[in-house]
Amino acid sequence: MAPSFDTLSEQDLHEEEEEEIDFSDLKEQFEVKLEEGLDTFIVIDGLPIVPEESRQKLIKFLLRKLNAVGHTSEDAVFMPTNDKNMSEGFAFVEYETPEQAIAAVKQLHGTPLDKKHTLAVNKLMDIDRYGREGRIDEEYKPPTVEPFKEKEHLRSWLSDPNARDQFALYRNDKVGVFWNNKNNPPENVVDRAHWTQLFVQWSPKGTYLASVHPQGVQLWGGPAFSKQKQFPHPFVQLVEFSPGESYLTTWSSRPIQVEEGHPVLSFEEDGKNIIVWDIVSGKPLRSFVSHDLAGGPVEGDAAPKKKVQWPAFKWSADEKYVARMLQGQSISIYELPRMNLLGKTSVKIDGVMDFEWSPATVTRDGVKQYEQLLSFWTPEIGSNPARVALMSVPSKEIVRTRNLFNVSDVKLHWQSQGTYVCVKVDRHSKSKKSMATNLEIFRVREKGVPVEVVDSLKDTVINFAWEPNGGRFVLITTGEAPSGAAVLPKTSVSFFAPEKKGPQAGNFKLVRTIEKKTSNAIYWSPKGRFVVVATVHSQSNFDLDFWDMDFEGEKAEGEKDLAANLQLMKTVEHYGVTDIDWDPTGRYVVSSASVWTHSMENGWNIHTFAGQTLAEHPTDKFKQFVWRPRPPTLLSKEEQKQVRKNLREYSKEFDEEDKYAVDIANTAVVETRKRVLNEWVAWLRREKELMAEEKDAYGIPEDADDAKVAKDAPPVSEDQGEAVVEEIVEEIVEENEEVIG
Amino acid sequence: MRPILLSGHERSLNQIKFNRDGDLLFSVAKDKIVCAWWSANGERLGTYNGHQGAIWTVDVSPNTVLLATGSADNTVRLWNVKTGECIKVWDFPTAVKRVEFTPDGSRLLAVTEKRMGFLGTIAVLDINYEDLEAQAEEPSLRITCTESKATVAGWSYLAKYIIAGHEDGSVSQYDSKTGEQLENVQAHEFDNLISDIQFSADRTYFITASKDKSAKLISSRNLAILKTYVADTPLNSAAITPKKEYVILGGGQAAMDVTTTSARQGKFEARFYHKVFEDEIGRVRGHFGPLNTVAVHPNGTAYASGGEDGYVRVHHFDKPYFDFMYEVEREQLRK
Repeated sequence: MAPSFDTLSEQDLHEEEEEEIDFSDLKEQFEVKLEEGLDTFIVIDGLPIVPEESRQKLIKFLLRKLNAVGHTSEDAVFMPTNDKNMSEGFAFVEYETPEQAIAAVKQLHGTPLDKKHTLAVNKLMDIDRYGREGRIDEEYKPPTVEPFKEKEHLRSWLSDPNARDQFALYRNDKVGVFWNNKNNPPENVVDRAHWTQLFVQWSPKGTYLASVHPQGVQLWGGPAFSKQKQFPHPFVQLVEFSPGESYLTTWSSRPIQVEEGHPVLSFEEDGKNIIVWDIVSGKPLRSFVSHDLAGGPVEGDAAPKKKVQWPAFKWSADEKYVARMLQGQSISIYELPRMNLLGKTSVKIDGVMDFEWSPATVTRDGVKQYEQLLSFWTPEIGSNPARVALMSVPSKEIVRTRNLFNVSDVKLHWQSQGTYVCVKVDRHSKSKKSMATNLEIFRVREKGVPVEVVDSLKDTVINFAWEPNGGRFVLITTGEAPSGAAVLPKTSVSFFAPEKKGPQAGNFKLVRTIEKKTSNAIYWSPKGRFVVVATVHSQSNFDLDFWDMDFEGEKAEGEKDLAANLQLMKTVEHYGVTDIDWDPTGRYVVSSASVWTHSMENGWNIHTFAGQTLAEHPTDKFKQFVWRPRPPTLLSKEEQKQVRKNLREYSKEFDEEDKYAVDIANTAVVETRKRVLNEWVAWLRREKELMAEEKDAYGIPEDADDAKVAKDAPPVSEDQGEAVVEEIVEEIVEENEEVIG
Repeated sequence: MRPILLSGHERSLNQIKFNRDGDLLFSVAKDKIVCAWWSANGERLGTYNGHQGAIWTVDVSPNTVLLATGSADNTVRLWNVKTGECIKVWDFPTAVKRVEFTPDGSRLLAVTEKRMGFLGTIAVLDINYEDLEAQAEEPSLRITCTESKATVAGWSYLAKYIIAGHEDGSVSQYDSKTGEQLENVQAHEFDNLISDIQFSADRTYFITASKDKSAKLISSRNLAILKTYVADTPLNSAAITPKKEYVILGGGQAAMDVTTTSARQGKFEARFYHKVFEDEIGRVRGHFGPLNTVAVHPNGTAYASGGEDGYVRVHHFDKPYFDFMYEVEREQLRK
């Protein structure tokens, strides 16, 4: 019974006041969410409407489907009936774990039950959240179509009138993108502090610049380097683009922990290390646990921190396939864009140690159908010999294999067009005391893939590099290095070229060997012909040798029949050099010393292809220099030939342009100097006037700043001291006077 | 001309100063003695003995009668240049890092270190030339640096302002009469201490050297930054040359880092920059330690540098030095 007004106590009044306070906002905020615990429930809609009697039958039928994705039981399925004893066409199901419930929604939603009925599976929570009354508008509202937004021109940098190249420079906390201006200071495009957390990386065709953050990878592009795409892989450490820039692989040592409601990642990515992304959509295609971490210690505890195998996924040249190796067991080849395992199984290869895709799509002699090639090798197992093989994909056929003995290690080097694979075989003698290296070169394009064995080298080969788009190669060998010695082991640099023999390239022959070097790195010009052989990461030697393989001068008699004329153009030193990078056009070489390796004299120097140093840029805390790659040229072979033929004409034009630019720059410098000097003179004059004014104002005599002379100190300074000085001064003065006189 | 090597100190140099006539050169080092040299031939005139600690700073009065030194033994001493006697000892609570006479020599400023609970101060002492023995006991002015301690200081034109460089890289201007701070400018990068301040001949502008690897030319009147000279090493000293429009910068890897780096990158060179165009025009090698101090002959005919290696090198300029001119300067001259 409600109290009448008269009997209302003080307290009641207050209570009423309290009720009037609107605390619905608080209620909403602190309302206990019942979602927890309901995570395991799903709602199945779209079921046939059946009478009470056949309900059990339907549930049993349904259970078969439900148990395929998780665990549930008959008791956990609740199918309500209405007052007519007919089911309502939906059911509630409880699974054992939320994960199973999620899996059920993912896999069963939209699947047909029979011809007439298609299941609609949702999480109970979702129904509650989205389907609650008021949340859904009764009237249909057409979704607003975003107006078409023109995308930025991602390749605008290629239309530079002077065909300059861009590069990214990472130093201190700042990353900048610059135009290369030869010997003039580079022109800045953008410069941003804290643009990346770890490093920057260009995509293979230069369209995107990737920056790496704890939240994931961010791609930048367009004229102003605006945000293009995000790939939220938490704590990502390594990034790899596919060759055609369609896909991206990211790796983190930490397994991903996906939280509910993540906009991009789903539970499928939980616990994984590697994600393969589709760059255009920004969505993950598939994720993996990396082998190296899951594998555990295989070869004893000697190497507790096994090196990460990167790139873990290797792409075929046309991006149609991507493959990963489980060392010693198998190679898994996935088909894109669906990322399904090719032929549903991995290729079992006992003992497989390494594999490489051909970097280009090769057309073999006599082979008509489409294929991609990949080469791999296996070591000696028991009495079986070591083996190098070429496999054709998608047929998974072995095209060519070669057996090898006494093998300690093998490296596979594809030539950039896929014409050759050089298999560098390190062999040990029977006693395992001395080492030797064999080069076995597979001529992929020729019929039956013949293998050529290049004379065995007594020393171990520490570096090998094919000429891009060419048939020549350079290798560096070293003798037995006394372990732990402070001095660098002496190395020899050998140049090889094929013999000139008709249209087919002949056998590979040694052109020359340069002994007593310390070189350890080979950098070919991306256009071939020129090569830099350098000593990097060294404490005492920093030489860069610039070689020309097609010198236009006289040729040595003994090398007449070789397709090479070797000439050392220049040797340059760069203290503490750690990295060498050719620009994508093969016109410039940048040598750099990064703070990531050591902290002495960090910076970068730019040289021409011939070794002439154009500019030195000592930079504090210099970290990374990367040229922006260029996509392959659009000119046809004929057009390129035409350009090469008329090179003289073009170069005349360019010379004039260069001269003009220099003239302009010089005038500008003179003008600024003039201005600066005039400003300085004017400043001095004004300052003098102001000082004179001040002196007047304070009534200070003109000689206010002159020294006070102490009375008891007769002019000491004019004693012998000055006499000595004057002797010298006088002589000069007298001479001058004679001239004037 | 071949440099004259003055090897009279046993430890690293802290400051060197020419007198106004330029015939004498005074040098102080960590080895507690003050040396006076003939600048023309490098002969040692004598030493001033008495300090108990490393001597941080030296200045000579414009009339070359008195010499002031500041030391880590917490004293400022006044010496008779001619006789070598110590005339006066002022005691301070902490080490004295910088002393400088006014242009007329009537006052002396001393910058004291911040240590043991004492804040850094700039003290001004009146100097009596009538009777050299009778010097005031107490400073006539005391400026306390509450924010960041002063590391160096000097007098502007007409001794109107005291200009101080601070540990945090800022430069401030004080009224020399009242000690009131008039201006404070963050001239150098924050937390890069200013290691030297030297004035132009007329004291209307000055140059600062800093650990941020740059030197700046600054107006005494309003602390406007006129020019910036960028080097590739921390700087310890900077000087403005009269006659020619140059500045000389000295520096090198900090003493404590030298042992860990290779000699080739110590950058122990005196660098010459064009004062107006800010271009580097030359370097002089020779020291095998960082340059701690550089000083220019008042007539602009020579300069001297003192290094961590304990040597003072006096260089007399050759003819090409005076002949060197930018084309624009030559044009200006012809007008």
